[in-house]
Amino acid sequence: MSNPAAHVVILGAGHAGGTAAALLRQYGHEGPITLVGEEPIPPYQRPPLSKAWLKGEADADSLALKPLEFYAENGIDFRPGVKAAQLRRGDKTVVLSDGQTLSYDILILATGARAIALPIPGADLAGVMALRTAADAEQLKAAVGPGKRLAVVGGGYIGLEVAASGRALGAEVTVLERETRLLARVACEQLSTFFRDYHEKHGVTFELGCSVTGFEGKDGRVTGVTLADGRTIACDAAVVGVGAAPNDEIAKDAGLECARGVVVDLDARTSDPDIFAIGDVAHRPMPIYDRMFRMESVPNALEQAKQAASAITGRPRPPGECPWQWSDQYDLKLQIAGYAFDVDEIVVRGDPAAAKFAVFHLKGNQVQAVEAINAPPEFMMGKQLILNRKPVDKTKLADPTVSMKEVAA
Amino acid sequence: MAKITYVEHNGTEHVIDVKPGLSVMEGAVKNNIPGIDADCGGACACATCHVYVDPEWLAKTGTRSAMEESMLDFADGVEENSRLSCQIKVTDELDGLVVTMPESQH
Repeated sequence: MSNPAAHVVILGAGHAGGTAAALLRQYGHEGPITLVGEEPIPPYQRPPLSKAWLKGEADADSLALKPLEFYAENGIDFRPGVKAAQLRRGDKTVVLSDGQTLSYDILILATGARAIALPIPGADLAGVMALRTAADAEQLKAAVGPGKRLAVVGGGYIGLEVAASGRALGAEVTVLERETRLLARVACEQLSTFFRDYHEKHGVTFELGCSVTGFEGKDGRVTGVTLADGRTIACDAAVVGVGAAPNDEIAKDAGLECARGVVVDLDARTSDPDIFAIGDVAHRPMPIYDRMFRMESVPNALEQAKQAASAITGRPRPPGECPWQWSDQYDLKLQIAGYAFDVDEIVVRGDPAAAKFAVFHLKGNQVQAVEAINAPPEFMMGKQLILNRKPVDKTKLADPTVSMKEVAA
Repeated sequence: MAKITYVEHNGTEHVIDVKPGLSVMEGAVKNNIPGIDADCGGACACATCHVYVDPEWLAKTGTRSAMEESMLDFADGVEENSRLSCQIKVTDELDGLVVTMPESQH
């Protein structure tokens, strides 16, 4: 039962929160909407921060999801620079960091995730930064240029995109990774090797399997990263990209069910029927894989915003989507569909040497995930195969002379 | 400024002034025009910004890149005059452009 006059409060003005606000209006919700965000600027896209923004190809205007005027024009009370301090489910209020109290009929938690900070000496030196916000990106952009030495701690998406952009700007880049391969949490070995080779060809130095013990500095500014083996990697700036932790504390403290993220169903509804949780903060069902998971991706933020807005306005639940993500590094477009859960075989299609190939992860004859490099047909068809669970002929799949449309026929 | 007409599948027209330098997609999304989803924000990674360009204007919008061609190949209802609107850069030359959105981007 939807209440078109309900006051919806959205905590978090990131990609999920911003999209939910816009969709509520698009779906015809008439009641007040309050959008609370801790950053001083309206909702914006984070992906370009490590790519086009860093390279000077995008500005604040192009990053914004909607122009600032959009919110007032659509009756959305946007409150920047404010955090939620406490959630009181009993009287359906939220206490804000500025002391104000908001009442809600429906609450959407979109508080996202925060970049994990390394608890090591020197982590608070000037020039040591995470890359999560536009403010971080401004700092990083100022620190990168021809001849500047950039240390990147973490060989995941953030680290590799920053490395690629850093090289494009003429900086010297060293990537320090704890595991013995890159993208260890999110990609298979074939892909790790491919990316390492490609980055090395572009002049990036890697230290794999290394342990970072601290940051050294002079006059309050970072000058190097110290490793467990005693060496120091000299640098002018350091980016730390070692993962993100969900901002679910406010939900936990209010007694909502959490499991490293706020637990929700396929309507993005939490254990409290008047509260939803969407985006990086949510721990959600993945019907395709028969498990619960917390996804850190823009497509997930969008899908859950749609789920919550649909549930709130009484629209039918949107059809399930295949989870996906992308990463742009140099002239490589990496598109990933699905997650490699429960897989027992890998099929490579295309030519890694030509930087145009895809790695399919199969459970029997079912595609569970695909990692595509400059291979849109494999990615697009892969999404369909993952979603509709259609078994494939592995021989045809491995044969690039058989089109993906034929493979899926 | 370039005046661009975005026509929804149901025929509703939206006429918008779009700053040169933005993409046709950004013109729609920034003005909350329904019918273009643009999930990946313009990275040519999702094919949810599909539009049909008025045939008179098709040549002026330029040609599809190989990546765009591949992505479009898997979108629904693709025609000769289909483009991914995130790949069309707005210039003064496109003043008067008309694009139509498909019924759904997903």
